[in-house]
Amino acid sequence: MKKTYKIDVDCANCANLMEQAAKKTPGVADASVNFMALKMNVEFEEGADEKAVMKNVFKACRKVEPDCEIEF
Amino acid sequence: MLNMNRKQKKMLIRICISAVMLIFAFISKKTGLVPQGGTFGFVFYLAFYLVTYLVIGYDILLKAVRGIANGRPFDECFLMAFATIGAFALALYEKSGDYNEAIAVMLFYQIGELFQSYAVGKSRRNISDLMDIRPDYANIEEGGSIKQVDPDEVAIGTVIIVQPGEKVPIDGVVVEGSSSLNTAALTGESVPRDVSEGDEIVSGCINMTGVLKIKTTKAFGESTVSKILQLVENASSRKSHSEEFIARFARVYTPVVVFSAIALAVLPPLAKIVFSLGPAMWSTWIYRALTFLVISCPCALVVSIPLSFFAGIGGASHEGILVKGSNFLEILSKTDTVVFDKTGTLTKGVFEVVDIHHATIDENKLIEYAALVECFSSHPISKSLLSAYGKPVDRKRVSDVKEISGHGVTGIVDGHTIAVGNLKLMNSIGIEAQDCHSIGTIVHVALDGKYCGHIVISDVVKPTSKKAISALKASGVSKTVMLTGDADKIAKKVASDLGVDEVHSELLPEQKVEQIERLIGEKKDPSKVIAFVGDGINDAPVLTRADIGVAMGAMGSDAAIEAADVVLMDDDPLKIAKAVRISAKCIRIVHQNIAFSLFVKFSCLVLGALGIANMWAAIFADVGVMVIAVLNAIRALRTKNI
Repeated sequence: MKKTYKIDVDCANCANLMEQAAKKTPGVADASVNFMALKMNVEFEEGADEKAVMKNVFKACRKVEPDCEIEF
Repeated sequence: MLNMNRKQKKMLIRICISAVMLIFAFISKKTGLVPQGGTFGFVFYLAFYLVTYLVIGYDILLKAVRGIANGRPFDECFLMAFATIGAFALALYEKSGDYNEAIAVMLFYQIGELFQSYAVGKSRRNISDLMDIRPDYANIEEGGSIKQVDPDEVAIGTVIIVQPGEKVPIDGVVVEGSSSLNTAALTGESVPRDVSEGDEIVSGCINMTGVLKIKTTKAFGESTVSKILQLVENASSRKSHSEEFIARFARVYTPVVVFSAIALAVLPPLAKIVFSLGPAMWSTWIYRALTFLVISCPCALVVSIPLSFFAGIGGASHEGILVKGSNFLEILSKTDTVVFDKTGTLTKGVFEVVDIHHATIDENKLIEYAALVECFSSHPISKSLLSAYGKPVDRKRVSDVKEISGHGVTGIVDGHTIAVGNLKLMNSIGIEAQDCHSIGTIVHVALDGKYCGHIVISDVVKPTSKKAISALKASGVSKTVMLTGDADKIAKKVASDLGVDEVHSELLPEQKVEQIERLIGEKKDPSKVIAFVGDGINDAPVLTRADIGVAMGAMGSDAAIEAADVVLMDDDPLKIAKAVRISAKCIRIVHQNIAFSLFVKFSCLVLGALGIANMWAAIFADVGVMVIAVLNAIRALRTKNI
């Protein structure tokens, strides 16, 4: 399953870091952050609970970029 | 005046306050308002500068601390914090009282960040304005009055009403009314398109003149406008090689510079002590190391490269050229060979009457008779004849129509016996026909048993095709190839008219794929790109096989939008050359930015190590370069006159 989320982040490098962090989160098959469109595309692993996974993604992103926001 | 968000405004205020404080301190020092000497002066200025420093840089310091706490020490905040605190401490140690540098570095860094966030926000808005095709509502009629509803809620088959000035929200068919449509947002084409009852209509166009009632044929999510928006919004998620390179580079570059800085601070003084080469000059070397840290931030590259691609894709979509990803924009710029499908790409794909030969009666009369006899037939030829006739057909004038399969049609029009068909028909009814050397389908006409001329029908070349081929050559494409399922004679004629270099005719769809594979196999330089341009309807396998697939005239065709890497919204072949030029410009900007940023950074690193470049030069290498690179990147948005 693929989903797109709106994000808010200030710098391109931070967006790259968020992408790395999201990719490493369990339950995420692949993730890509589009800094220009302020969007995060997340591909979930089969059977993953989207809400729970996104909570962890958000936590991981907060760790690398305390200022970021993800709407989910 | 400025369109800033809350965060940006807050930063602007902090920048202004600290700038004013810096100026105040400077004046007060010069005029002796608060004398510098003595313990009081020392403490006063230290405290004053410290406050200024905290006003401008407290968030950076906080982020740096958090970065270390989260086990991520080498981010730019850490670098800035470390460099400025270092500079501050150095000034304190040397008792120079010159804290300006530390604060200025922080100040300029923040100005740069603010500028970058403003510029990115602005181009983000520019691009979404360009793609301002998202309809907010759909009008439906309910109990005699018009009601606005969310387009998402409109079911397939609902009749919606589009007033003049409104956007068509959902794809459909006109059931009532006629109007002109502005398709500029979709195709970049400024000439309005006329529609009337029965015409298919795509969402995203703007209704200009009359009220239209439209029966929807798709759900909103499947409509052209949604597809396009999805495509554009997801475009820059596919990263190009340049972007990947920069991301990798940034990951290596920063730690390398930090360790070099440490080495620079420690090794030369140690060497001096060990080999007794004079005084160690610790503070000089530490200062140089701090300069290093300021230069080390990779922001100029990390920001400007994706921004260039984003702007390039945005600019292209404004011209009706949808590029599905940064990577495709990059590939497109390396296009060396363009392979065309003939029908529907270089030619209109519609058969038209192009000539009339040997007419013994008035040419218009000849067309009229031929059209009337053919008016019951559903053959494509009869459609061409009817459209050449151009007037409504009075079927009562026609009787006794006989369609002879593979030959043609005979019948009686206004009392005259008319025979319309090919050479075989003429032979079978014993009429001697003039043979024709023109290329296309020849329709012979006989009136009352006498030959009265023939009509040449053929697929016509698009008016811009020839120009498109030469424009491609001018934009650096070295070879053009045409593939077609058509007869050899016709293909060769079209190819030589247009100036296409190579032509392969009478191909089945799978043979087209073979041709593409052969071309890909033949190329000597793997970086050269073979593009295939087709109208997308049955070219999907070829579009996928080519290095880059371009579908044209794709407005409303889902299959084409799916299969291709680049989608041209209208069917003007000139757009292909334009797409190549836009991509080339974008890549040029990317390369300029990479070369410029790296050159300035490395020169400043070298000069800084030698002690020639001071902290001010370092600030330029960091912030100045970023500002210039961002401004350069925004140029990619301008595609009007390419």
